[in-house]
Amino acid sequence: MIKFLIKGLIRDRNRSLFPILTVTVGVSLTVLIHCWVTGIFSDMIDMNARFSTGHVKIMSQAYLENIDQSPNDLALMDVSKVIKQSEETFTDMNFTPRIRFGGLLDAPDEFGETKSQGTVMGFGIDLFSPETKELDRMNINTSLVSGSVPSESGEILISQEFAEKLDVKIGDPVTLISSTMYGSMAMQNFTITGMVEFGTSVMDKGAIIADLKDIQFALDMNDAASEILGYFNSGMYEDEIAQTVATEYNSRFLDVKDEFSPVMQSLRQQNQLDAMLSYSEAMIGIIVFIFVLAMSIVLWNAGLLGGIRRYGEYGLRLAIGENKGHVFRSMLSESVVIGIAGSLIGSIIGLGFALYLQVYGFDVSQFTQKTSMMIPNVYRAHITADAYYIGFIPGLFSTVLGTALSGLGIYKRKTAQLFKELET
Amino acid sequence: MKNLIIAILFIPAFVYGQYPDGKELLEKIDENMSSDSRIFTSTMVIHGRRGSRNIESKSWSEGEENSFTEYLAPSREMGTKMLKLEDLLWMYSPSTDRIIKISGHMLRQSVMGSDLSYEDMLDDKKMTESYDAVVNAEEDFNGTPCWVIDLKAKTDDLAYDSRKIWVDKDRFIPIKQELFAKSGKLLKRMEMSDVIRVQDRWYPRKMTFKDMLKEGKGTEFIVTEIQFDVPIPPDILTKGSLKK
Repeated sequence: MIKFLIKGLIRDRNRSLFPILTVTVGVSLTVLIHCWVTGIFSDMIDMNARFSTGHVKIMSQAYLENIDQSPNDLALMDVSKVIKQSEETFTDMNFTPRIRFGGLLDAPDEFGETKSQGTVMGFGIDLFSPETKELDRMNINTSLVSGSVPSESGEILISQEFAEKLDVKIGDPVTLISSTMYGSMAMQNFTITGMVEFGTSVMDKGAIIADLKDIQFALDMNDAASEILGYFNSGMYEDEIAQTVATEYNSRFLDVKDEFSPVMQSLRQQNQLDAMLSYSEAMIGIIVFIFVLAMSIVLWNAGLLGGIRRYGEYGLRLAIGENKGHVFRSMLSESVVIGIAGSLIGSIIGLGFALYLQVYGFDVSQFTQKTSMMIPNVYRAHITADAYYIGFIPGLFSTVLGTALSGLGIYKRKTAQLFKELET
Repeated sequence: MKNLIIAILFIPAFVYGQYPDGKELLEKIDENMSSDSRIFTSTMVIHGRRGSRNIESKSWSEGEENSFTEYLAPSREMGTKMLKLEDLLWMYSPSTDRIIKISGHMLRQSVMGSDLSYEDMLDDKKMTESYDAVVNAEEDFNGTPCWVIDLKAKTDDLAYDSRKIWVDKDRFIPIKQELFAKSGKLLKRMEMSDVIRVQDRWYPRKMTFKDMLKEGKGTEFIVTEIQFDVPIPPDILTKGSLKK
């Protein structure tokens, strides 16, 4: 039967070409937009996780209250003990301390006087311990434009744009001017060993990366850190597990009466990412729904046109004794074949475009120069496992729905009038 | 009835006439607080959320424009020096052996984590030069009878656009001050106490600053020793003295 229907569809292109084209276009757009939206949101989430939020983050309660100001005077103390406790409690995670700080970076001239100065956003991360994963996590090796990653204490990486602004080069000394954990002025000399391009405007405008211990020394933060970031060993963010981990941690270690006791938040709870995650999930659903709806209307219309064109054929089939249900079911079977064919071709085309955008991306840096959000400069599509089948949902559903709606007309045909209709 | 109306009309003029002239009061305050030169040692007690800490320093100042401060304790701050020449401020830290010019928004940053900003430290002008004054009331503050004066900045470049000060009626010390932004927002509160007699003038040994925009219990600035109108060695107020 299916073979018979397929033969009919191939031989009568009027029956198959337009519906397949419609489904192909709709499905390819669905697949492409799904990959694009997934790519944008997952890049933003991934970037936030790597640079800012971790999969979970531990801070002092007082720090959390003023987190927008990165207040190191409210930083977490006894960091090694907190990390040990956390890793013993959550064995499939690893935890790393970080210090985020602000200040000025001052470049001297040949006489040691100020040549240039710029506002800096800095990260003190674990660069040197043998078990550190921070270099990979912050994509430091791939972000390195020139020079090398610091190999000893007193060395820093600087964003290339910032280095150009300060007119400094690799090997030049610079002085960090910031505040210690206790509010005093902190001044510390560093040597630039490399320049990086992070790929996000907020950091490329003026960021430095130094070893955690150097920053702890400079900011008088002995065994203290702004925050401890926790990552799943798998490297993938799993929202439900992260939220469970945060709840369990807080029930064990949070003391609401002590403003300096540690508190944990999952990625979703930070940087307004809750809204972003919910939005991305909703967006994908909305896109699929819109395409199902739009294509169903188009295919319903196509089905009606086809129905009119095949009015005589259906009449003849009914007249020779085929029952209405059988005709309707054969129409639905044809639509399934069309849906599968269109979805297959559409998915291939959509995935092709998505692959192109995944590899080359779309540069939006000129629109994100002034943003303070942690967003990438190049947006890329992201082909996930869902992308291979998501197109089949609107592709099949809309063709079947469109055919079903248009095919209902069969049940309105009156057998007694069929021959009369056929005569005309 | 006519006499009553006349009396009511004259009451404000009569009350206003009771208050001294604001400018004259400011001149008397300047006579106490300003000098041609001074050398003093002080302890700054900073009360933060994690506890309190003391910072000791010695300062030399000449007129309203120039001053030099060397931090003496604790050990982390020891040897840090600050030089102010007119509107410019330089800082030297022995750990970096660098002289850094402090400018722009850094001037609004807190000095050593205290409730004082670098701008506060730069703002040494005489009150008569900076503000117009109107005496508005008399009140007791901590048992001391005071004139309450509203000050309005004469120029736009001052750190505080207006101030409300409570001036000791007998010793002409502004024992309480409220410092406001242009918007009218209260930025800082200052109290002066332990008023002592030094070289024919009254001077507060203890000043308490509270930055109203940050948490904490404020900063006490205690003058442990002070000399007015003494000659300042000429090499002190130069950039060369920073690295010495």
